[in-house]
Amino acid sequence: MMLTVENIHVYYGAIHAIKGISFDVNEGEVVALIGANGAGKSTTLQTVSGIMHPRSGKITFLGEDITHTDGYKLPAKGLAQVPEGRRIFLQMTVMENLEMGAYVQKGKVPEADFENVFSHFPRLKERRSQIAGTLSGGEQQMLAMGRALMSHPKLLMLDEPSMGLAPILVEEIFNIIQEFHASGTTILLVEQNAEMALQIADRAYVLESGSIALSGTGAELAQSDEIKKAYLGG
Amino acid sequence: MTFLNYLLSGISLGSIYAIIALGYTMVYGIAKMLNFAHGDVIMVGAYICFFAVSRFALPPLVGVLAAMAVCTVLGILVERLAYKPLRAAPSLAVLITAIGVSYFLQNGAQLLWTPNPKVFSSVVGTGRLALFGGQLTVSYVTITTIVSCIVIMVALTLFTGNTKMGKAMRACSEDKGAAQLMGINVNSTISVTFAIGSGLAAIAGVLLCSAYPNLVPTTGSMPGIKAFTAAVFGGIGSIPGAFLGGLLLGVIEIFAKAYISTQLSDAVVFAVLIVVLLVKPTGLLGKQIREKV
Ligand SMILES: Nc1ncnc2c1ncn2[C@@H]1O[C@H](COP(=O)(O)OP(=O)(O)O)[C@@H](O)[C@H]1O
Ligand SMILES: [Mg+2]
Repeated sequence: MMLTVENIHVYYGAIHAIKGISFDVNEGEVVALIGANGAGKSTTLQTVSGIMHPRSGKITFLGEDITHTDGYKLPAKGLAQVPEGRRIFLQMTVMENLEMGAYVQKGKVPEADFENVFSHFPRLKERRSQIAGTLSGGEQQMLAMGRALMSHPKLLMLDEPSMGLAPILVEEIFNIIQEFHASGTTILLVEQNAEMALQIADRAYVLESGSIALSGTGAELAQSDEIKKAYLGG
Repeated sequence: MTFLNYLLSGISLGSIYAIIALGYTMVYGIAKMLNFAHGDVIMVGAYICFFAVSRFALPPLVGVLAAMAVCTVLGILVERLAYKPLRAAPSLAVLITAIGVSYFLQNGAQLLWTPNPKVFSSVVGTGRLALFGGQLTVSYVTITTIVSCIVIMVALTLFTGNTKMGKAMRACSEDKGAAQLMGINVNSTISVTFAIGSGLAAIAGVLLCSAYPNLVPTTGSMPGIKAFTAAVFGGIGSIPGAFLGGLLLGVIEIFAKAYISTQLSDAVVFAVLIVVLLVKPTGLLGKQIREKV
């Protein structure tokens, strides 16, 4: 088991945002976490990433209890997140953003790592010296994904990578997520775009107001009447 | 040649403001707080150097290094003990704490070193360099101050632009959450920033007292406020901005003293600041905070 989340409760002050959810991700899987706005998807990822900590429950990553581990120690263990809204460093160049992605690597960053990112995102190579704030929304999403790749993650978590992108770009981003997966990275994908997410997910969990309402294989959930009604427009 | 003399004094005073302003601006950039105790760290640095040189007869360079070491540790301690527990607190609480730390340092200095003025002896002597056949003379202090400021500016630019730690600092300044997702230890990065700012404050203290030898526990407060003004003037958070703001402030202050009125010089300085902020609210080189798309 790569990631196991057991019955975690997460609060923002008095607000009980995550109410005892459990899920797991096996090595080599694509697992999707879907749900409406405000369901608690981002809070869940922030908690796994150690940016927030649960009041109770347990999180295990590659056999190690990381429930209370400081977030900055997790990328070195093989956990990376592409956060909601990209959160790239807007005043730094594309190359500097990628270097920050490789922060946990000791010594000089191998040229091959940059080339690997550019092979997935050729457009970033053209813009390597540009300040990230001048990139288009789609390019910024690519940079955020490339940056996460620089730490060689074993588990890559993506928070709504399709948000705000034109349909053609959404298609492209999902193809690239599948490329990452094919090259051996395990994926935990958070999406409101349930249709796309279920197409590529081995398994999925549906989050509703801080609890897991449904779970199953991607295909099962895509066929489920509840899902169709709530998320797939039919 | 009087004009040139005034200009040099202005650049020299401005260099001291710039070195102090760099500390203000770097700390503001990363911790998003105004460290009003920064000026008092200057005073502590000057006292340490004073005692090392005048009491223990150590060479001036050792005095400067001792001052830097003490101030670096002091900066880290102040951050750990006073500011870190307030990381999530409202900025007003942090501001009041910083003012409290400032008084704490001033009172501590009074207790340890008495309020009686000490006469600081310049670390580079009182000699002057004669130029243009003696028509223009420049003190060694002025030369040292201007050269130090340039060296510090270049070193900081290289550090933030080219080193891993420097880039991590910029990343933390922009987005601490994202920086943490990269594996950057935000707390230790903030500590390093305080350490650098405080080490620079020690240098500023030594240079300041070499030019104006009267050392008392409140020596740091007025230059601290001026340097803070310089940092805002240049665009708070911007390193070149602090440099430019400091230099301009020093030159304007000396010219105002020379050509307008000694009493009104501070009023002139602040009037210029207000005009600049009216025209450009982010300061001369300040960046507009871009909204995320
Ligand atoms: N910083 C915050 N402070 C207080 N409440 C928050 C904060 N962030 C999120 N919440 C609340 O937590 C719940 C889950 O939010 P979030 O995890 O962002 O949902 P999702 O990512 O599924 O849209 C929501 O009810 C939201 O209002
Ligand atoms: Mg969200």
